[in-house]
Amino acid sequence: MTKAAGLRTIPALVTVCLLAGPVLAGLAGTVLPAFGYLPVLGYGSLSLEPFRQLSAEPGLVRSVALSFGTGLVASLLSLAIVLAFAAGWYGTATFRRISRLLSPLLSVPHAAAAIGLAFLIAPSGFAVRLFSPWATGWTRPPDLLIVQDPMGMAMTLGLVAKEVPFLFLMTLAALNRPHVRDYFKAGESLGYGRMAVFFTIVLPQIYPLIRLPVLAVIAYSTSVVDVATILGSTTPPPLAPRLVSWMNDPDLEMRLMASAGALLQLMLSTAAIATYLALETVASAFARASATRGRRRQADGAARRTALGVMFIVIAAMILSIALLVLWAAAKSWWFPAALPQHWSLERAGNAFILGLPALTSTLALAGLAAVIATSLTIWLMEAQGRSGNGSQRRLKLFIFLPLLLPQVSFLFGLQMLFLVFGLGGSFLSVLLAHLVFVFPYAFLSLSDPWQRLDPRYEKAAAALGASRARIFWQVRLPILLRPVLVTLAVAAAVSVGQYLPTLMIGAGRIVTVTTESVALASGGNRQFAALYAVLQLIIPLAGFSLAAAVPAVVYRNRAALRPALF
Amino acid sequence: MKRFLAAGLGILALLAAPATSLAQSPGSPGPAPSPAWQDVLDEARGQTVYFHAWGGEPRINAYIQWAAREVEQAHDVRVVHVKTTDTASVVSQVLAEKSVGKFSGGAVDLVWINGENFAAMKDTGLLQSQGWATSLPNWQYVDVESKPTVKIDFTVPTDGLESPWGMAKLVFMHDTARLAVPPSTLQGLLDFARKNPGRFAYPQPPNFYGTTFLKQALAQTVTDPAVLSRPVKDADFETVTAPLFAFLDELHPLLWRQGKAFPKDAAHMRQLLADGELDIAFSFNPSDASAAIANGELPDTVRTFVLDGGTIGNTHFVAIPFNSSNAAGAKVFADFLMSPLAQSRKQDPEIWGDPTVLNVASLPESEKARFDRLDLGVATLTPEELGPVLPEPQPSWVSALETAWEARYGAGGE
Repeated sequence: MTKAAGLRTIPALVTVCLLAGPVLAGLAGTVLPAFGYLPVLGYGSLSLEPFRQLSAEPGLVRSVALSFGTGLVASLLSLAIVLAFAAGWYGTATFRRISRLLSPLLSVPHAAAAIGLAFLIAPSGFAVRLFSPWATGWTRPPDLLIVQDPMGMAMTLGLVAKEVPFLFLMTLAALNRPHVRDYFKAGESLGYGRMAVFFTIVLPQIYPLIRLPVLAVIAYSTSVVDVATILGSTTPPPLAPRLVSWMNDPDLEMRLMASAGALLQLMLSTAAIATYLALETVASAFARASATRGRRRQADGAARRTALGVMFIVIAAMILSIALLVLWAAAKSWWFPAALPQHWSLERAGNAFILGLPALTSTLALAGLAAVIATSLTIWLMEAQGRSGNGSQRRLKLFIFLPLLLPQVSFLFGLQMLFLVFGLGGSFLSVLLAHLVFVFPYAFLSLSDPWQRLDPRYEKAAAALGASRARIFWQVRLPILLRPVLVTLAVAAAVSVGQYLPTLMIGAGRIVTVTTESVALASGGNRQFAALYAVLQLIIPLAGFSLAAAVPAVVYRNRAALRPALF
Repeated sequence: MKRFLAAGLGILALLAAPATSLAQSPGSPGPAPSPAWQDVLDEARGQTVYFHAWGGEPRINAYIQWAAREVEQAHDVRVVHVKTTDTASVVSQVLAEKSVGKFSGGAVDLVWINGENFAAMKDTGLLQSQGWATSLPNWQYVDVESKPTVKIDFTVPTDGLESPWGMAKLVFMHDTARLAVPPSTLQGLLDFARKNPGRFAYPQPPNFYGTTFLKQALAQTVTDPAVLSRPVKDADFETVTAPLFAFLDELHPLLWRQGKAFPKDAAHMRQLLADGELDIAFSFNPSDASAAIANGELPDTVRTFVLDGGTIGNTHFVAIPFNSSNAAGAKVFADFLMSPLAQSRKQDPEIWGDPTVLNVASLPESEKARFDRLDLGVATLTPEELGPVLPEPQPSWVSALETAWEARYGAGGE
């Protein structure tokens, strides 16, 4: 192996060890107990007993159906909303305005969004209060099953509200490729409607870039724990929260069954992804057939307005939810049907903030470190790999995205046991490592495209002028790419802040973040405190995204060409 | 304005606390500590105690924070409150540590516990060696005479393996603005639900409050209460619980959301009562309604009531796992939690409102005065009105009840 080749493989090796190591070790630590083998707890022989127990659990089929249905429907809905909106409005001022609104919404952690949404849509929530009693005649909240409904509709909504911003930003990044605007012009000059151009010409070219994020969304949505705990049904709950409660049962034999359940979860998420891929094949065949017919579909005004309307509802619901969180955080008494709090208490909010400082500090430390490590590693990896698109890189990508395509519970159970056996559970370092597994893929997703798309001629010009590799990196590439690097840092920090299950399971309760606190408080039902912690959850990612927007503007105040231009 | 004044005084009191604690360490009134206790205090100095306690109630969290500050100042013991969502997961954690051979340096130093979790930890040898709780200096004030549950936890003798922290008794709450006369029996509750469908609910077992409601209903429907004090395997579960499930079968379609969704816990029920979604809620803390009125969570028209024939009551404790490396610090904190100062503060509805485990009459005059000063609030019943305490069933009934409940109502009719 040449020296250069060696240099190129080191970051790849580090990445694979960092990501695939914990995932594969965790998976092994889940598979063996699922078949009855967990010698440290005194179970030494392989058997199918855990699966037999699992199948005897009451309501298991419903739990599985609920996870599968809510996860898949939420993912498809989110994708449809995003694509329809992009098709109808790409390149317009409306599109620019909406995308500026959606980026900060991406930073809202799932649990906070779910808590806010519950405030909004519950029968005693804000939406009903606005119209009660003068329009509805309700002097008391109606006894309607909205939140925690057995069909999982509230949970689906909660997931949609969170996944739309994510998929939108992924689509936005994909649309940022060269020539996309020319395609639109070409399509329109041939007489196609705006949406028809998007779906027949643009989408087939950008779809490969958004496919992986869609699959990650499906894997996530079918196995989510925190959103399910807050908005999901409990009679019976979806599969993932049940697995966590079995894992925490004082009867340790339940851990074997929980592991078997984690494998079931793995199959469930795989089946959901397979279903999506099957739908994708059907859709693309349909699209190809439709494209060859060449219908121009110019009358798409109604469709465009519908797409905008739905997108508007999603954004309005998110913004309202967050505003409600802020209001609730300062409210002392806020009883139905009052649309605004009857009594305020900033003093209590202040106290809670002080009580929450230790959690905020550890959240900040975890998020900051995880973001810096993940972003540096991404840059190192990409600098070393260069722009050579080959087979080994595709395999590397698979490793990088593995943690996003597997349900968290399927390998966290095993990972938790491994950390325990090696005496590493509950340490800051082990939680940081667990966070990195999930943060790194998002950092890579966020930075790899802008990094690789940078015009190679800058580098060539600098090299021709005699600049060293290091100098080219520090003085040419990094400054030009400052904005995407900062955005990546912010995305990575936001992902770290949002981690609930890894922090809880690997941290053994000793590492407390605002997210674990806010889910614990949401379980207690005190709205003011649940809201306060949800607001604390928002602070770090919002600060991150604000900095990512502000820093380039300040640093490049006299560099017009480097200042951010969205399109 | 009055509220601000009170808050200001509270802050002043907090500021003054270190000064008084220098003069006399809080929680250990009277003479200098015994040599044995002095050894514990010396060993505890500088230790950090990880206290695993349910974290769903901000008032309790703030109280624990206060207690932690006090012992840090007085005894140089740092206490970190690990806020759990479910104590069962703590038991599971310690058991897993034992299974992998972690006999020291465990993650848990002190746990808030009682009932089936205590029985499970005691059975599997997960607790510190015998008798530490009764050797704490403040044990002398514990009311072992008229509060037998401080030594017998759900029929299981505590053997000094856990130190009593507070008393609990099931009480119901109603808003007099909507419901003037609350029902006084289980049958009355059912009649109320029939007339007002959707206005009563209980949390979903295995939530602690939900299970407590099941136990209350079981205790009042069982034909021979004596079977409940023996392990469930000695009884015919089906027959004993038949009247209970007949009652629940009738009640469920009349519950909030027709029994398809349940409140998460007592705090959630309180919220639903305040919003008018429910007419009747319940709590395991007799002064919960007063405390919630004091901090604005409930309107001041809410009052407390109990059912004829008594309601379930018990004691909650703190216990030290076998593999804690900070047992001395944990004992110091447990002793402080039992002190007249900490207990009287805890009983104040403005702070928490959890009844004391101490025999107030036996306290020195200055300590007794702390309790005499307390205003238990408009919505708190007097000890006479609270009525008799129904004993907790033997712990094995809990999981049997929860499993049966889940199969019947928790699986969506599958």
